[in-house]
Amino acid sequence: MPDIATLLEILLIVVKVGVVTMILFGLPLPLTWLERKVAGHIQVRLGPWRVGPHGLLQPFADMIKLLFKEDIVPYKADKLLFNLAPLLSMVPAFAVFVAIPFGDSVMVPFINKEVTLYISDMNVGILYILAIGGLSIYGLILGGWASNSKYALLGGLRSSAQMISYEVAMSFAAVGVVMMSNSLSLLEMVKSQSGSFLNWNIFYLPVGPVWFAIFLIAGLAEINRIPFDLTEDEGTLAAGFHTEYSGMKFAFFMLAEYVAMVTISVLSVVMFFGGWNAPLQVPVPIPPIFWFVAKAGALIYFFMWIRFTLPRYRYDQLMTIGWKILIPVALVNLLVTGFMRI
Amino acid sequence: MEQIFFYIFAIVAVASAIAVISVRNPVHSAMYLIVCFLQVAAIFILLRSPFLAAVQVFIYVGAVMVLFLFAVMVLDIGKESFGEHMHSQAIPAGITVLGLLAVVGWLISKGKITVPLGNYTEEVLTKNTEVVGKSLYTQFIFPFEVVSLLLLIALVGAIVLVMKEKGKGAGSTRS
Repeated sequence: MPDIATLLEILLIVVKVGVVTMILFGLPLPLTWLERKVAGHIQVRLGPWRVGPHGLLQPFADMIKLLFKEDIVPYKADKLLFNLAPLLSMVPAFAVFVAIPFGDSVMVPFINKEVTLYISDMNVGILYILAIGGLSIYGLILGGWASNSKYALLGGLRSSAQMISYEVAMSFAAVGVVMMSNSLSLLEMVKSQSGSFLNWNIFYLPVGPVWFAIFLIAGLAEINRIPFDLTEDEGTLAAGFHTEYSGMKFAFFMLAEYVAMVTISVLSVVMFFGGWNAPLQVPVPIPPIFWFVAKAGALIYFFMWIRFTLPRYRYDQLMTIGWKILIPVALVNLLVTGFMRI
Repeated sequence: MEQIFFYIFAIVAVASAIAVISVRNPVHSAMYLIVCFLQVAAIFILLRSPFLAAVQVFIYVGAVMVLFLFAVMVLDIGKESFGEHMHSQAIPAGITVLGLLAVVGWLISKGKITVPLGNYTEEVLTKNTEVVGKSLYTQFIFPFEVVSLLLLIALVGAIVLVMKEKGKGAGSTRS
């Protein structure tokens, strides 16, 4: 029989998992609103305006619409995989957050106990995130295949080819960061970047910015955002892999996509921008989590900015960028990083 | 506790492995193979080898199976189910499997399949990325390089085979 302390530890983990999950489920609500507002202002419009002040209640209206929409399963679709696919894309997107450190330990008032702001400090954290994060692609592929529609199938095929091409570049970027930080554990990675902002991996000149550029481009391609959202290219593929999905299943795909965007932002913060470390020593005590959220938020805004600024690439251009530019650049950069770390 | 988990993973792994070869739909078959790989990764974690587990998920589930699914979908054999492809191999296959099981069972019952921990404590092994890296690049550098050469040969071989077929199909002497 386990003793009280062990049970408390288990309870603490369960609570942490619950909190993170709730935050991730709630996050797409403000993010969809923000995305539309950003889109509106970039295109000199107002964006959502009717529901609530400044359209703030728009996400809730959307949610109600999605909940009440008829759930259509195409006749001749592979029922099992069709129903399973949204889950397959959502679960890995959430599971990634087990390994992400949001901050060091903090004292929680009332229970007077030191609580770490991460669920698990894995020894192979970065590998785990890349491996599990890569799994959400199955939702797209299988959803596209199971729909039994040519647009959906093409979308699924595109996403699998795209993922294979960019996973290589992304892994190279991760290898570069591991070399710069000397550890596979994300916690160690953040600790190695403490001090001023000059210690951040992105300022590890000359290779840091190049690794970040590779990671960012590959990350954008992995999460299927413009300019790399060829899998749901409405100009040629109707809606790509989710052509046949409606209602909540469609919402799950979108949820997974938003969570993936948050993952890439948070991962960039941890890998390149020093995690929760303050950029400069400030005399005012600011909680480290503030820096973390601020950096991640800035990156999320950056992704939205890109989405409404750049046009979509052609498919052959996408492959050219992946194989003929990113991977050779990554290889050369790996060599330079190796020489610098000797 | 650990044993319970081991049996869960092992049973699911074996069941999904059987499903891989018994279901008719190639995409479903690929799905079961993914399940099987994930169970093997879980067993690696039980064996105090998180690095191998992560790599297993990363390479096999993340990359190999995506390529596999891609091929299955491009070939468009998804909609038609496989026919019977045993070609009277059932009896030799059965004998081989039984023989293998007999040998492995005999070895296990004799206690010959054990790996000594060596001079590593359990804690070092849990953080074993360094251990794996060091032994790969010092003690086992030769086999490691041979394996990478083999992979390169396989890669070049695949391209050569494809090129040949393409040339034949077009009826040209393009090399």
